[in-house]
Amino acid sequence: MEFEGNGLLTLVVFLPLAGALGIALFIKRDKQVRYIAGAVALAELILSVMVFTTYDLSKGGLQLVDRTSQWIPIESFKVEYYLGVDGLSTPLVLLTGLLGFAAVYASWSIKTRVREYFVWLLVLQTAVMGVFTSLDFILFFLMWELEMIPMFFLISIWGSGRREYSAMKFLIFTFLGSAFMLVGILALFYSTGTFDMILLPDAIAQTELIAPAGIIFGLIFTAFAVKLPVWPVHTWLPDAHTDAPTAVSIMLAGVLLKMGGYGMIRVSAGMFPEVIVDAAIVLAALGVVNVIYGAIITIRQTDLKRLVAYSSISHMGYVLIGISSVAGVGGLVSPTGLTGAAMQMFTHGTITGLMFLVVGLTYEKVHTRSIPELGGLSARMPVIAVAFLIAGLASLGLPGTSGFVSEILIFLGAFPVYGWFTGVAVFGVVLTAGYILWMAQRTMFGPTIDRFSNVRDASRMEMVPLAVLIGSIILVGIYPSFVSDMFRDGVAGIVADIQRSGALAMVLP
Amino acid sequence: MTMHDIYLLSPELSLAGLATLVLLVDLIVKRKSYLFVLTIVGLAVPLGFTLALLGSLDGASMMENEGVLRDTLVVDKFGLFFKLLLISAVAIVSLLSIDYVKRFEQFQSEFLVLLMYSATGMMLMASTKELITIYIALELSALPVAALAAFMRDGRSAESGLKFLILSGISSALLLYGMVLVFGLTGSTQLDDIAERIATLAIYTDQPFGSYALLMGVVLMVAGFGFKITAFPFQMWAPDVYEGAPTPVTAFLSVASKAAGFAVILRVFYSAFGIEELSIEWSAIFAVLAALSMTIGNLVAIAQRSMKRLLAYSTIAHAGYIMVGLAAVSTRAGSGDSSLGISAVLFYLSGYAAMNLAVFSAVIAISNRINSDAISDFAGMARRAPYLSAVLAFGIVSLTGIPPTVGFIAKVYVFGAAVDAGLEWLVIIGVLNSVIAAYYYLRVIKLMYLSEPPSTDSIESGIPLRLAMLVTSAGVLLFGLYPTGLLNFVKSAAQALLSTS
Repeated sequence: MEFEGNGLLTLVVFLPLAGALGIALFIKRDKQVRYIAGAVALAELILSVMVFTTYDLSKGGLQLVDRTSQWIPIESFKVEYYLGVDGLSTPLVLLTGLLGFAAVYASWSIKTRVREYFVWLLVLQTAVMGVFTSLDFILFFLMWELEMIPMFFLISIWGSGRREYSAMKFLIFTFLGSAFMLVGILALFYSTGTFDMILLPDAIAQTELIAPAGIIFGLIFTAFAVKLPVWPVHTWLPDAHTDAPTAVSIMLAGVLLKMGGYGMIRVSAGMFPEVIVDAAIVLAALGVVNVIYGAIITIRQTDLKRLVAYSSISHMGYVLIGISSVAGVGGLVSPTGLTGAAMQMFTHGTITGLMFLVVGLTYEKVHTRSIPELGGLSARMPVIAVAFLIAGLASLGLPGTSGFVSEILIFLGAFPVYGWFTGVAVFGVVLTAGYILWMAQRTMFGPTIDRFSNVRDASRMEMVPLAVLIGSIILVGIYPSFVSDMFRDGVAGIVADIQRSGALAMVLP
Repeated sequence: MTMHDIYLLSPELSLAGLATLVLLVDLIVKRKSYLFVLTIVGLAVPLGFTLALLGSLDGASMMENEGVLRDTLVVDKFGLFFKLLLISAVAIVSLLSIDYVKRFEQFQSEFLVLLMYSATGMMLMASTKELITIYIALELSALPVAALAAFMRDGRSAESGLKFLILSGISSALLLYGMVLVFGLTGSTQLDDIAERIATLAIYTDQPFGSYALLMGVVLMVAGFGFKITAFPFQMWAPDVYEGAPTPVTAFLSVASKAAGFAVILRVFYSAFGIEELSIEWSAIFAVLAALSMTIGNLVAIAQRSMKRLLAYSTIAHAGYIMVGLAAVSTRAGSGDSSLGISAVLFYLSGYAAMNLAVFSAVIAISNRINSDAISDFAGMARRAPYLSAVLAFGIVSLTGIPPTVGFIAKVYVFGAAVDAGLEWLVIIGVLNSVIAAYYYLRVIKLMYLSEPPSTDSIESGIPLRLAMLVTSAGVLLFGLYPTGLLNFVKSAAQALLSTS
């Protein structure tokens, strides 16, 4: 069997799975399970940093390719094992490494069915890494589907509240979306004869598709829209988040939602330049609905986790608005909006990851997530309160944090294209400031409550993931080109394709 | 009949011989478990002959598609593929029955013998190319099953056997009637001759199928075969028969009988009615039946309380998925790969055999011990029988079509063939159905892993069942991760069928 590549990405993708199998087969004691999962997560973090630093931005394009064409070499169903990263996926691999690490360490206090728990958490990480690195459409789809089963178990066994309902709802929504995506992928294959996601954009442009491009686009977009999630298929998200255990919320908000955004940029925008330009105004409108509707619903929440969940819906609306900037203005597309959308995915991943981590820790200490029952916690747990505030301020886009960078890029990119939509969406920042500050005030500050006098602050073990996430938020906030250059390079090809496709209305001044 | 003919028929002859041998040995040995050992070891003989035939086809010491017995039977890769599948299914079902038949005071050997005779009929079904022989092979496969279904000799089982016998009789009558019409129109029972005559007959373009006689003939034959593959609306018997019959027989019915049914459908429709004008018309029939089977099977499955009935409805739904491949006829293939639809059917059948037998092995192992097949009694099973539950859950995940299992690849492949044939609407119905299916399949997993067990007694299973579970779940995983070998094989089998016709 011929194998090209140095195997680094293969290792990144399959190390967690190997760890999961090892734990499932050989390890019996809970304590050992935790340490091995922790070691695997740490190794995975180091590997993803390696991927990030090995990626040579000056060369750009596709790098670290691992490929063998011998997987399913049937001519009429040619599937390859094909991994690789470009500027768009490299930071997302890093993000997955970061949050996978945070998630494993946030699970230290899991007491029931420990072995199964870490097995599923590691399998989940393999699936997400696979989605971000697969360049063969069937492999991509395989990883996309593989992610459902671990999530189903993680929510339904270790969750709280109506966990079984939420897990099933999550599964049915995701499965429905991916079912449509399968039809779209197959239609593309039998039009162009390739599953290669790098060749597909050109192949689609040059061949006559067996179904109208708009329909295939719609089928595939549905899967991404469910995942992002876009209003009105967002309803699974608050339920899943509220009932999921902390670490799973971190993974869900941090990286699983980004699978949707990643797919929209790589597939919807990258492969269908003409359709995305026509659909851009719809995306912008949906984005505004997401931002404003999400924010208004968020203000009303009294459960901390549900609040963060709805704020995610609001923030993912910005991704849509960023993508809608591909409609261009005066026949020119600027890469700023797309870069901003990609940045927003990265920054929201770290910020919301931190937010869920803090909420999870708070819940563990005080045993309630109901905002009216909380108050004055900063006196009892200063570290958690500080982390909470940093996450909150980053979330509302305070300059100096990473949230500011991505939002400003999105607004800069989208404003010239859809001025009114962007203007309304900017108002979402005000709402965000409102609910974040109000929430912080009601939970962390104010008079101390006697009931919480015995509450302890975060332990050393719990500070590790906090520090990692805060570090990345501040780093990207102060030195954004650290990831934004890479994203800009990653979307450059897509922007060029859109420009070349001639789909843009040439508006003469 | 020459020696060479006997060699060509050796898989069927040796299987029937093995059955007879088991029957005779039963008269002298006391311990019945020896009979099972004899059967499973003895199955190596037909298996060996099949592989030898396959070898001589590849080694060109034999003609491609050699005819036997005045060309009523044919030996080609397509038939040999099904023989391998059927022999493997018989071997697994025998493993499943070892513990199960201990509850019968007598006739333990007859159970095995009937199973093998029925399988002989099914193997003949896969290699006939003449209508009367098809009918005889079909009856040979069905009659032992009726006896097997009634084997438990209680009310349910007797009802199951009788129902199967009567409905199988009715479907045979319909089939025969269809065959007579086709014979009347074309004057031949040889599939090749039928194809030739149809091509030379004046085709009235304003009538469906060129003539109403052929339309009636084809529709009646679809009804007859539809019974075998539990396609809607000929699926009515399945839930009752599946529920009442001994569970290994249910497993055998759902896998082997279905495979043989599809073998004969593919052979008849591609050989006799393979010309473009006709294939587009019968593909429409199968497309509609596929959509209905999937939808009805899945929707009714949601409400089931008994595991066996759930699997019965799931089998109807899977018959629908397989028929999607049947509807993706070669003449409509956009990619130019004319064998895509057939090979998708063959791949799905092999994958389905592996996953469904894995599920049945685990269900038999569990319900043998708890004496119930109510779904609610599977609650908390993960704690009482972690390995059995893992196999069952893995098989169910595969039936749902989620990676890394063969069910995923099979689903993608079959839907791919249909997209290639321009049947996007059918594929959309198909994928929506797989979402419905996910709901009731995963409910079983949820029950096993999340609910509290009614008792904490652990459940053990014997070595034969464990072996069956190991083999089948290894197949599900292996073909899910690296399907290339199997895909190449089904592809050459599919091409063999096309070159015969």
